[in-house]
Amino acid sequence: MLKVAIKKRLKQFTLDVTFKMDDEIVVLFGPSGSGKTTILNALAGLVRPDEGEIVRDQEVLFQNKKVFLPTKKRNVGYLFQDYALFPHMTVEKNITYGVPKRTMPEFLQQWIQITGIQHLMKKYPNQISGGEKQRAALVRALAPQPRLLLLDEPFSALDSTNRLRCQDELQFIHRKWRVPIILVTHDEGEAIKLADRILYIEKGKIIKNKVKPKMKSQGL
Amino acid sequence: MATIDFHPLYLSLKIAVIASVVVFILGVFLGRVFARREFFGKSVLEAFFLLPLVLPPTVVGFGLLIIFGKNGWIGRWLLEWFHYQVVFTWIGAVIASIVVAFPLMYQSALGAFRQYDYRLENAARTMGASEWRVFWTISFPLAWPSLLSGLVLTFARALGEFGATLMLAGYLPGKTDTIPLAIYFAVESGHSEKVTFWVLVIVAIGFSGILWLNQWNRRKNKQFQSDSLEG
Repeated sequence: MLKVAIKKRLKQFTLDVTFKMDDEIVVLFGPSGSGKTTILNALAGLVRPDEGEIVRDQEVLFQNKKVFLPTKKRNVGYLFQDYALFPHMTVEKNITYGVPKRTMPEFLQQWIQITGIQHLMKKYPNQISGGEKQRAALVRALAPQPRLLLLDEPFSALDSTNRLRCQDELQFIHRKWRVPIILVTHDEGEAIKLADRILYIEKGKIIKNKVKPKMKSQGL
Repeated sequence: MATIDFHPLYLSLKIAVIASVVVFILGVFLGRVFARREFFGKSVLEAFFLLPLVLPPTVVGFGLLIIFGKNGWIGRWLLEWFHYQVVFTWIGAVIASIVVAFPLMYQSALGAFRQYDYRLENAARTMGASEWRVFWTISFPLAWPSLLSGLVLTFARALGEFGATLMLAGYLPGKTDTIPLAIYFAVESGHSEKVTFWVLVIVAIGFSGILWLNQWNRRKNKQFQSDSLEG
């Protein structure tokens, strides 16, 4: 169970959101600049909220001015909007960066098989396509076995075929590995397809919290 | 040519290497901090760092004399506690080179750490990396080409430093006679053969340094371009 109640003053408005989630896919949906990425950054510990708290199971990640767990200790997987693959490392080195001793455990080899990127291991990010980058970045985010997965517009740079494939892969991964996922998008179709719950965000506030239990697609 | 004393070459290289190492470490540390953090008084500090770049070297040398001279606040302390004097020593020449060359390295480091996406560092942090690991595996390798350019410029500047060095270290043959000082005093005393020799030496060092850097950059760029995905 993840409980989030945070406030942060931004330039245009004050971000003020409260929500709870289980091991489900929650989609943050709303226009650009509404504070969605700031919520992800606050959960990852890259931004410090002004007040509130973030609690995952019994673990306090943030609590007012008392607790601020640094990013490296939060065990959060984060897929950045433009993937943020390390350009000077091969795909393999990128993927194993967060794995102790930089090994390739069996579960990771499975994800590599599932996402079909095994032939890219020795390539550098500038040698692979957008869809391949997206899949490599997703596997990299999963590699440290995070207890919370944050995805910032992960499919926005992909063409429609790749987007559908990656969405299906994400649902498959979620079914296999019940980890809470928070996904940011401003594609309503994507939100409806992937979400167990959609939080509609506008100017830093949740204006609608919609549970969509029957909307999950059949996946792969 | 038989009368040429090679001490200036040895001394200049020694001073330039030591000054470059110190300036590199300082420049990389401060460049990284200043590229990533905002704090009160940052602009004033930055202006202070860059001051030696716009001041005549003699003014920098005079400032160093005030600080490191017998009555200067560091000079007096060194004399009282260690019975050591910086003025008229090769250490003085190192200090002059550090101060004059530092702005070049700082500027290069600042640009180097600003040129890549800082989210790459954040991505590493989300994967459990400590700040130390983030620096050595992400920040430093990505900034390295620009840092190397800065290092070559720093070395060249330290090697060619004249004004501040003369003010602080003076010209003592066999003790503080760097190549630029040797050239100046050889001209003064009409030793044209000596002048030609040292001019050729310093041009050769500077030219080969820049040539090597250009080749290195070109090789690096070529590798990236040929490997890039087309279309």
